[in-house]
Amino acid sequence: MSNSVDDKVKTFDTRTEAKVPVESPLAYSYRRSGAPAPGEGSGVVVRERPFLGHLVLRGGAIILDEALREVLDISLPGEPQALVFDASGERSVQWISPDEWLLIVPGGEEFELENRLREALGDAHFAITNIGGGQTLLELEGEAVSELLMKSVIYDADPHHFPVGKGVTTVFAKTSVILRRSSETRWELVARRSFADYIYRWLLDAGEEYAIGIVR
Amino acid sequence: MSQSNRLAQGGRIDRSRELSFTFNGKSYRGHPGDTLASALLANGVDIVNRSFKYSRPRGIVAAGAEEPNAVIQLGSTEAAQVPNVRATQQALFEGLEARSTNGWPSVQRDLMGVIGKLGGQFMPPGFYYKTFMAPASMWMTYEKYIRKSAGLGRSPMEKDPDIYDHLNRHCDVLVIGAGPAGLAAALAAGRSGARVILADEQEEMGGSLLDSRELLDERPADQWVAEALEELAGLDNVLLLPRTTANGYHDHNFVTLHERRTEHLAETAPRENGRRQARSRLHRVRAGRVVLATGAHERPLVYGNNDVPGNLQAGAVSTYIRRYGVVPGNKLVLSTSNDHAYRAALDWVESGREVVAIADARPEPVGELVEQARAKGIRIIPGAAVLEARGQNRVTGARVARVDLEGFRVSGDAESLDCDTIASSGGYSPVIHLASHTGARPTWRDDILGFVPNLVEGVLAAGGTQGVYAIGEVLADGWEAGSRAAGDTGFDTVEARLPNVGARNEGKPVALYQVPHEKPTLRGPKQFVDLQNDVTAAAIEVATREGFESIEHVKRYTAMGFGTDQGKLGNINGMAIAARCLGRSIPEVGTTVFRPNYTPVTFGAVVGRHCRELFDPERYTAIHQWHVEHGAEFEDVGQWKRPWYFPRRVEGRMETMHEAVARECRAVREKVGILDASTLGKIDIQGPDAREFLGRVYTNKWAKLAPGRVRYGLMCKDDGMVMDDGTTSCLAENHFLMTASTGGAAAVLEWLELWHQTEWPELEVYFNSVTDHWATMTVTGPEARKLLAEVTDIDLDREAFKFMDWREGTVAGVPARVFRISFTGELAYEINVQANYALNVWETLIAHGEKYDLTPYGTETMHVLRAEKGFIIAGQDTDGSVTPEDLGMHWAIGYDKPFSWIGKRALTRPDTARTDRKQLVGLKPRNPEVVLEEGAQIVFDPDHAIPMPMKGHVTSSYYSPTLGSGFALAVVKGGQQRMGETVYLPMVDGQVHEAEIVSPIFVDPKGERQNV
Amino acid sequence: MFHIYCPYCGEYREEEEFHPKGEAHIVRPEDPETCSDEEWGDYLFFRHNPRGIHHEMWVHAVGCRKFFNITRNTATYEILETYKMGEAPSITAESRDDRAAAEAETAEKQEGVRA
Repeated sequence: MSNSVDDKVKTFDTRTEAKVPVESPLAYSYRRSGAPAPGEGSGVVVRERPFLGHLVLRGGAIILDEALREVLDISLPGEPQALVFDASGERSVQWISPDEWLLIVPGGEEFELENRLREALGDAHFAITNIGGGQTLLELEGEAVSELLMKSVIYDADPHHFPVGKGVTTVFAKTSVILRRSSETRWELVARRSFADYIYRWLLDAGEEYAIGIVR
Repeated sequence: MSQSNRLAQGGRIDRSRELSFTFNGKSYRGHPGDTLASALLANGVDIVNRSFKYSRPRGIVAAGAEEPNAVIQLGSTEAAQVPNVRATQQALFEGLEARSTNGWPSVQRDLMGVIGKLGGQFMPPGFYYKTFMAPASMWMTYEKYIRKSAGLGRSPMEKDPDIYDHLNRHCDVLVIGAGPAGLAAALAAGRSGARVILADEQEEMGGSLLDSRELLDERPADQWVAEALEELAGLDNVLLLPRTTANGYHDHNFVTLHERRTEHLAETAPRENGRRQARSRLHRVRAGRVVLATGAHERPLVYGNNDVPGNLQAGAVSTYIRRYGVVPGNKLVLSTSNDHAYRAALDWVESGREVVAIADARPEPVGELVEQARAKGIRIIPGAAVLEARGQNRVTGARVARVDLEGFRVSGDAESLDCDTIASSGGYSPVIHLASHTGARPTWRDDILGFVPNLVEGVLAAGGTQGVYAIGEVLADGWEAGSRAAGDTGFDTVEARLPNVGARNEGKPVALYQVPHEKPTLRGPKQFVDLQNDVTAAAIEVATREGFESIEHVKRYTAMGFGTDQGKLGNINGMAIAARCLGRSIPEVGTTVFRPNYTPVTFGAVVGRHCRELFDPERYTAIHQWHVEHGAEFEDVGQWKRPWYFPRRVEGRMETMHEAVARECRAVREKVGILDASTLGKIDIQGPDAREFLGRVYTNKWAKLAPGRVRYGLMCKDDGMVMDDGTTSCLAENHFLMTASTGGAAAVLEWLELWHQTEWPELEVYFNSVTDHWATMTVTGPEARKLLAEVTDIDLDREAFKFMDWREGTVAGVPARVFRISFTGELAYEINVQANYALNVWETLIAHGEKYDLTPYGTETMHVLRAEKGFIIAGQDTDGSVTPEDLGMHWAIGYDKPFSWIGKRALTRPDTARTDRKQLVGLKPRNPEVVLEEGAQIVFDPDHAIPMPMKGHVTSSYYSPTLGSGFALAVVKGGQQRMGETVYLPMVDGQVHEAEIVSPIFVDPKGERQNV
Repeated sequence: MFHIYCPYCGEYREEEEFHPKGEAHIVRPEDPETCSDEEWGDYLFFRHNPRGIHHEMWVHAVGCRKFFNITRNTATYEILETYKMGEAPSITAESRDDRAAAEAETAEKQEGVRA
């Protein structure tokens, strides 16, 4: 562990390289509810992207933008509901609120990234919080995704009105999710860990008529 | 039985196929394209129900949603029962089984009919209120029989085999109704590129054009409908929703649409590709603009015995003939106030059946349709109306006479005509229900003799809804509305392209609602206004005589427009009658409010997918699976599922909860236990002003809490009442981790944001929830240190890692933060690891714990242990009226902090400073076997006369295996000064428990055990 | 079901994403220690409940989590504006006096007697 300790904020690498079994937020759900394999007729295919690095960035847009460009070569999306990816498509930053962004990176990068951002931000007023253990990301693809979303979220998920590069926090059934569109064909749900099973079971149920399939 | 009323040709039915169905147990046949109503009429079924109050036989009156009588019960099995379906709206399918809703024990021969014959005397208006409401205690008994005989439909007693969906939709333009106005509006908006939803409640879109005599571009109207629908279906930006009723119009253009997707196919939804499909969908539509193209309902005339089967709306007669190829009788008398209804007579004659006469209330009927009728040799009796129908189970004749409309009297001798059908028309009432849902009252227009809607922002109306009835004008009006709606939502409108329609020369209608009779209304034959609720003209007259002048009061007194009917046919006639009785005009009498839903919606559709396993979210911790596998019983804490206790199999049987909890409690006090505490709310706080902020939101001091240390904090609202509590750890100078109660976590985070955003935005601090990121396991008991030492690299030496310290290191090979805080009063470590590792860490602890007899425990044991220590649960021992002083927590109040923290000022208000406030104490029942009831009231003098002054109540109560007795926490007036006194708890069963007021700390008052 | 423009997200969102938080512009007394019990009681407990224009605080709870204010007509449910915390409303009961009087009259007619 390379935990940095300064006298102001305590960062902590909650991940280990040791061979310790990990469980994604959906591990229990797969065992209990099963995971129907996608078939030719599947109008919706879901794939969990577990164990990614999730960091919440809080602070002013200008300073965070500078730091992010310096460290990750991504511009901070300043417009509400905006979502941007880096060139590789593996790292994203999403506007959550006027002083809050969600940064998602490949698992294992987040601690070093946090430290580098802190270094770049210096004495500015900001906060970075690691929430990777508390969230998981689901990718949804298929021709019936937008109708399935219409059944699930209250936000307007018509593909013509929800362009690629948009992301919102909204109501999903009786809980909340972050809904994002990462490409023409791909939608993403960022779910809180404790609600992930409910969301998964909802997707299976509402997706039954589209022969929903789960990629494991 | 043959379809005796089916015409040899015509109609939009598929004659190549036959469908069989049953009604009240009898088999009949019909065709695809029929409604249940058209098929029943085709088969000559006259009686479809018994009436609500008088139990009179009733037949089909209308052809659409306004049908008041043919309200039926569907379903061949118990699970498939659907009540209150209108036969006029139910498509026929093979094997359909339907029954009358009213008419126990049978529609043909009715028990209540006896009462119905006596009618007036037995059940005058207000009958229910006056007779059955007293004595109140008997209502339940009366109700059972009244309901059974009245029959309001019944719900299924078995689980619904179907599934339902909600769809959240958004559009620029929502067009409601796909008649001529709606189709034109949808075309205008659709061609402009706006996102359009066109919803129509019927089986087929087209509305009145489907049975119209009019030609559009010199072709039958339905050809234009087919072309328009084809074009709309080809537009990507247009969604067509047939069989979809707009049932509710809510704030800011939010409209609920009920789409029946499989009701026309079978009684339960057939599978599609082997997969279940939703029987119906509730579309929750947020629209930029709404175009109401809901048309108009024909208003029947109110005359004597107008409820006998065989009395129909004139327009319905045309619809049955032209759309379904069904002519519902042989000899027709038409009673009308307008030209339009002549269509019914023309259609009837063209079907090869006899029109006996047309009684036209206008002294000199003129107009194109009148001329056509004359040309066909139909007898027209000018200035006349049907006074009264003859017949009991079917019309056998009509009494017709000249009437003086101004004087409301019969002015000529009545003539009796033989007939089996009477069609009537008093003109049209625009369907303003949806506009009325918005709260806007409609406006009466004398020129069209009807109410038109007042429109709130964002809604437009077109065609019949606005009182525009001529087909060419309706199309133009629809186009105009559609264009405006599209323009309002930012689309460029396109030039109008509409079919040519020849203008008609129409005569002017006259105002006729209730037809006068030779006898006064109160003595003449019953003249029904609201057929579904059995409200007569006489009832309304009685209501006005009894002093009910507001139409809303008349409505409640008579039940007019109640229930599933919502006044579709009767309300305007009812108002006209009230106006006549009161000597006022209709607009002076007022209007009525129509409420959602327009037609009944099944509970299934309302509930959607939010039922059974998906009724409410269940939140699980990362260790949930282990709990399930180890037989935990679960308790709901907010939406979380928390292990309540872990019963074991002992001597061949499962422990009771009492036994399991006693075992778990002893394990913690004597050895070591483990609790999944992951549900605890956790908030990461960063920023240079974090410490200052804590000082303002907590009652106690935070200035000197050093990194590595933890402190208990109490949070109040500004009224000085305790809101939540928890521990907060100083991670670094500008970095804290706050915990909040499981149930209060979200509220606490919002609370912090509220104060930061609204009062102290200048403080540099950020709050982020990390509740889900960390899993928390509490290892507690005398052996906790030994157990933890086996799996951690953290120095657990009692000097190196003191009580109320936190340390970081690894536990079971995983990075962990360990907090030495105790909610049990024993030595305790709260281990936090990233949730993805939690199950493995937990299992490692369990494996190592075997030799220490490590016992997993649940929330019940947690409660017993914390209560023994006098630790409160916010929301259980507090209820928003308890101050920190009331809790005896003076030690946690920093009165001398520089900033006037939240709640401080209120603690010096006279009321919060009272010494006789309810204060937290312990209660020890005199009988150690007794576990007091939580919520039980406390009195000081059990001999006091009832009502006894209540002096407090029990907030937490358990059995303590450690004490060997029951014990409780309670709030008692002035309790802190009453130590050692006896109080009494009178119970519902007459027992009175005695208890002694003691300190709320029952175990280890000096706190030595947690500090070892 | 309201359709509410969130001034921070810059778009209309469904009411389910928001929580109402009561009357807006309630100011905590500058120095609680010196204010009278009556003043403190007013701050804590007394709220306006006007028929007509009302300023309310809401929070975009399932969304950006920001608090903001709404000017709403409590009789018609019309939302006249939303504005950020710290800003003043551009529409008030006073600024709408004439119009409000006319509206109240219409509303009176519209309301009638309801169950």
